[in-house]
Amino acid sequence: MAARAMWRGTLRFGQACVPVKLYAAVADRSVHFRLLHRKDRAPVRQVMVEPEAEQVVPYGESQRAYPTEQGSLVMLGRDELAELEPESSREIAVEHFLPAHSIDHRWYSRPYYLGPDGDEDAYFALIEALEDSRREGLASWVMRRKTYHGALRLHDGYPMLIALRHADEVVSADTLQAPSGATLKDKELRMAQQLIDTLEAPFEPTEYQDDYRERVLEMIDDKRRGKHVKVTPLRRPKPSKDLTQALEASLKEVGHG
Amino acid sequence: MADSRRRTKKSEDDKRPREASAVRGPRPFWSGTISFGLVNLPVGLYPAQHGKPVRLRMVDDQGTPLARRYYCEKEAKILTGSELIRGYEVERDDYVLVEDDELEALAPEKSQEIDLERFVALDEIPPIYFERAYFLTPEEGATRAYRLLADSMEAASRAGIASFVMRGKQYLVAIIAEGGILRAETLRYHDELRTPESIGLPERRAASSEARRRIGQAIDACASRRLERSWLENADAKRILERIDAKLERDEDVVWPDDVDVEDEEGGEVIDLMQVLKQSLAEGRSPAAQRAGGRQSADKPSRREARETGKQRETKREAEGEESRDQPRKSGSKRTAGKAGSGSRSEARARKSKGDDAGERRRSGRRRGRQSDDGQLSELTRQALYQRAQEMDIAGRSQMTKAELIKAIQSAA
Repeated sequence: MAARAMWRGTLRFGQACVPVKLYAAVADRSVHFRLLHRKDRAPVRQVMVEPEAEQVVPYGESQRAYPTEQGSLVMLGRDELAELEPESSREIAVEHFLPAHSIDHRWYSRPYYLGPDGDEDAYFALIEALEDSRREGLASWVMRRKTYHGALRLHDGYPMLIALRHADEVVSADTLQAPSGATLKDKELRMAQQLIDTLEAPFEPTEYQDDYRERVLEMIDDKRRGKHVKVTPLRRPKPSKDLTQALEASLKEVGHG
Repeated sequence: MADSRRRTKKSEDDKRPREASAVRGPRPFWSGTISFGLVNLPVGLYPAQHGKPVRLRMVDDQGTPLARRYYCEKEAKILTGSELIRGYEVERDDYVLVEDDELEALAPEKSQEIDLERFVALDEIPPIYFERAYFLTPEEGATRAYRLLADSMEAASRAGIASFVMRGKQYLVAIIAEGGILRAETLRYHDELRTPESIGLPERRAASSEARRRIGQAIDACASRRLERSWLENADAKRILERIDAKLERDEDVVWPDDVDVEDEEGGEVIDLMQVLKQSLAEGRSPAAQRAGGRQSADKPSRREARETGKQRETKREAEGEESRDQPRKSGSKRTAGKAGSGSRSEARARKSKGDDAGERRRSGRRRGRQSDDGQLSELTRQALYQRAQEMDIAGRSQMTKAELIKAIQSAA
């Protein structure tokens, strides 16, 4: 079954324009619950209340405010906020083309596949040009009243726009200092590396399943059929005291040393 | 993990008065154990991403901060957290009820360990799999094992792959070592990613050489050598912050709510993540544990302060400085007047605020700016906490129990 496009726009850079449709590349597979009133099992609604009187304030009558460090609030009216929104547009401006892998995956937030929206020739030409140039684009666009930045690159032979986090959202590791201490024992380092080598294998994404999700769905199914559900408490393991010994035993277990 | 869970639960139940709850520092987002062979390495997780830069609160037209509550349409009644339960809709209007502890019990002890059973070449993981990053810090007694793992993984250019359950959701993670620091990066499961076929993208065919040349040339014309952080600036947030600065400067639409308790409804706590991380990495234990030993957190500059423009800082200094000492809350007098006589609680608060000198107010204002204690958070409903977690972009929030949400909000920045 073909997916529905979530947005459409036109990629523009220099003289080129490629009309595209955006498709979410990630499917939400999590188990969703609704909150119910325990007493009557009625789904509950979220409301905003004036806390002192516990008086419900209708959404339309609420306003927004920015809390400052000193504890004051700067009120922002609805019209004012609407006025500050970016101008809506169907243009996806690709401002830069960077060497492949210039944009670290830590900037990535949500990926979207791009499909053609009319001009298929331009669409396939884009794929070929991206392949040949070995470059990835940096694009920006306004979607649903928000400005996005994104990486334009290929995945599985098709173009993808990966929304990026903003500059101030990613903690830079350069400013952090690694834990330090006495020099590590050579013997331990060797054994640790040996253990890593032993456990090395190719990355096979299809081997990993969300078992917990399956268990949640199974439990729901059991409950639905009136089966009793058992609840057991949890515990946490202690840190290893003797590293050398633990490593030796680990290597023995995996068939080395 | 089990211990801290129980602790949070307890404080939820006994509903101590607010004053009794001490100011607590940020705790790790999650505490867990990495197992590498038979080596156990207790670690704390801290998000490697900050939350939204501009978090706005909902207020009424008078500027009173609003609180989120649940409402039962049937009884036309506002509900408290204990009156709620999760339901999974199996058929229209037919729900299977699920308690928090039932969900927790589905994650056996072993499943909550990050068990490094496999190591892969770092560049083998397609980038589209990466979802979110966390820094790992060694907990007490684990620094040497931490360094050993980081050093040997980095030397081998390998990432460890494991799956584990954190807060009611199972995660697939890549443990990556860089510069002596371990990161856990959550990966998407294979079945969460759509394929070009499943979306129905057209089959590849050759483009015309004319279009191919035109697009190739356009790419070359826009070629740049490397990514500049400034290209990723958040222009939307910047516009809003500029407007806020301008309003502060003109003292326009600035209100001083005298109600301290509702400050916690949305994003009260901007925790200084960097400070916490630095401390945890340096000392091999969580700052919360240290503070429990009697030490209180020093006053650190928060992100918001760091982000302020000079103008705003000036305005603030004015507000905090000598002039404001005579008239501590010029624009706030309206609010106080408007609220006078609205019950004993507000009277008590008014009395309290009269006793405040400017300095005290400033300090409490700062504290409110980024921290919140257990007592206040635990009085919020799960949905309110969820909403806040959403604003803070906390991963796995939809699956978290109330206690877990509280913990996550306290530790996230």
